[in-house]
Amino acid sequence: MTLKRSIPALVAASFMLATPALAEGELNIYNWGNYTSPELIEKFEEKYDIEVNLDGYDSNETMLAKVREGNTGYDIVVPGDSTVKIMIEQGMLAEIKPNEMENFGNMDPKWVDVWWDPGRNYSVPWQWGTTSFTVDTEVFGGDINTLALMFDPPEELKGRINMLNDMHDVINAGLRYKGYDRCNSNTDELRDVTELLINAKQYWRTMDYSTIEKLTSNDVDLSQNWNGAAMRARAQRPTLQYAYPVEGFTGWMDNVAVLKDAPNMENAKLFVNFIMEPENAALISNFARYANGIKGSEAFMDEEMLSAPEIVMPADAPTPDFVKPCSQEVTDMYNKIWTKLKQ
Amino acid sequence: MGAVQHSGADARLDEARRRVEADTRRRRRQLLAPTLIVIGVFGLFPLTITLIYSFLSPGVYGGVTWEFSTDAYVQFLFERDIFDDTLSFSGTYLSIYGRSIGLAFGATVGALLIGFPTAYFIASKPPSQRNFWLFLITLPFWTNLLIRTYAVLLIIRDEGIVNLSLQSIGLIDQPLTILYTDFAVFLGLIYSYLPFMVLPLYASLEKLDFRLVEAAYDLYATRFQVLRHVIVPMAKPGIVAGCILVFIPGLGAYITPELLGGGKELMIGNLIALQFGGSRNWPFGSAAALILMVVVMMSLIVYVRYAGKEGNSHG
Repeated sequence: MTLKRSIPALVAASFMLATPALAEGELNIYNWGNYTSPELIEKFEEKYDIEVNLDGYDSNETMLAKVREGNTGYDIVVPGDSTVKIMIEQGMLAEIKPNEMENFGNMDPKWVDVWWDPGRNYSVPWQWGTTSFTVDTEVFGGDINTLALMFDPPEELKGRINMLNDMHDVINAGLRYKGYDRCNSNTDELRDVTELLINAKQYWRTMDYSTIEKLTSNDVDLSQNWNGAAMRARAQRPTLQYAYPVEGFTGWMDNVAVLKDAPNMENAKLFVNFIMEPENAALISNFARYANGIKGSEAFMDEEMLSAPEIVMPADAPTPDFVKPCSQEVTDMYNKIWTKLKQ
Repeated sequence: MGAVQHSGADARLDEARRRVEADTRRRRRQLLAPTLIVIGVFGLFPLTITLIYSFLSPGVYGGVTWEFSTDAYVQFLFERDIFDDTLSFSGTYLSIYGRSIGLAFGATVGALLIGFPTAYFIASKPPSQRNFWLFLITLPFWTNLLIRTYAVLLIIRDEGIVNLSLQSIGLIDQPLTILYTDFAVFLGLIYSYLPFMVLPLYASLEKLDFRLVEAAYDLYATRFQVLRHVIVPMAKPGIVAGCILVFIPGLGAYITPELLGGGKELMIGNLIALQFGGSRNWPFGSAAALILMVVVMMSLIVYVRYAGKEGNSHG
């Protein structure tokens, strides 16, 4: 019996000794809203006799602002790729060494040596996806694989567009359309992009995160979107199609990590190991409709996910661009552009 | 008080009086303590933090670093050009404040125009029925503001009740674009804050002596003259209170512009929220909040002075 295998027993035993009335442990998870499979949580609770508390946030910034002061009581957070890097640099995450855990062998090797956590000493994949856009092909019949539809739209899409209310997603799309680098500090190029965005704004109806609702209520016919949300929207509005623009699009991964001051450190580690089990990873994907990074999980995934065009990229699509965190100087410039845009 | 005639009895009486007074003062202080603590802990203390933060430098990933800086205030009016670092006047934030003030003012006027007849109607009912009408006015408060705002969104959207019914009776053939415009925000603000207008107006109008209205008619006043010279002056405290109660929360509204405005343009509340989230500039967020407070307080002072003078001339 390895030490790791005996952890559950040890944890259970220690809790029994310490708190005879409550014969179970606790785990506090702070994840994006509407993103955690209830089935997964139930299974974990039953297996380890641990009570899970779930709380939600709507952006990396919200989460970061809350946990950076410490003592939140949360054990697990699910930051995006660049936020993982920031949190490691700021010393906010516990070095839990998932790479030494029992189920680590299930992780797809391509997600092990990632720039935000090389070798995976702090985090494991939760889900990964792409950020591009969805168009109603009944409203617009032409080629959808170009960012021109957002920045220089045809007549039928003018005023029928929703952009994500996210500084980086909007500015990065503009940079790609113009063929400029991400995390750009070249003033001429940024001025160019600022003009592009301000001009395009007249064609946009809204800037909002609730993309599924905007599309299915027919408020808009095109929306910047994440692939999983695109799939959920298509279920209700079948003429929607997810675009893979030739100019490029964003790739991202949300990762499960443990806070340095986690009150239930051992339970948190149990959870991290638990979700690297293919069957459990599949539960995550079946709920939120994004791919996970665990080999063998396909066998447990819903049939429709294995062939969905939002998940299975066409062979000729560009490689998703995982954007690294920008320097403070660039972020400051982006902030100014963003405020100017929303003036 | 003549010190010379002091007998022993007088001195004791004085002593007793002083003790009673001291007791009263102490008891008053003790009774005031809960209020003072609440104001201190929940009012002054957070405000002090805000004030201090507004003079610090932003931390790299949110928060503040303890370095004195007036950048947050400079940034409000001037911008260091993104491209060549020169300082020039910038109307970006002023225009956001301008839009907010305009929308909040419009909503206040709208709420007054709808709220006054409503309050008058209730006040003119027999006392036994008034409570029922007041109950109807407060009914929406039973539901969360977010839910009510969503309800407005569902009603005015392209495929909402308003557009569908207008289309079905053939008045329009294309849906009217109401949702995600400033007009939608304006409607939402009026709807959210109307009860704050009606209740103080009702409190004033309820006390109105309708015999004075009759007297005015007897003296050949027209309807408009009665309204202007009799009813409005007597309802003035209610009008002032109602306008303040609608204008101030309207100015800082966050949910309404976020949901009904489509998120394309900021109001003050959204600008401040943005500084604590995506923009990671807490000092500027603090400064923007304080500037808003100063604007509100100054306009209140001006208003109260003006209203006070008016009141004197009437008295």
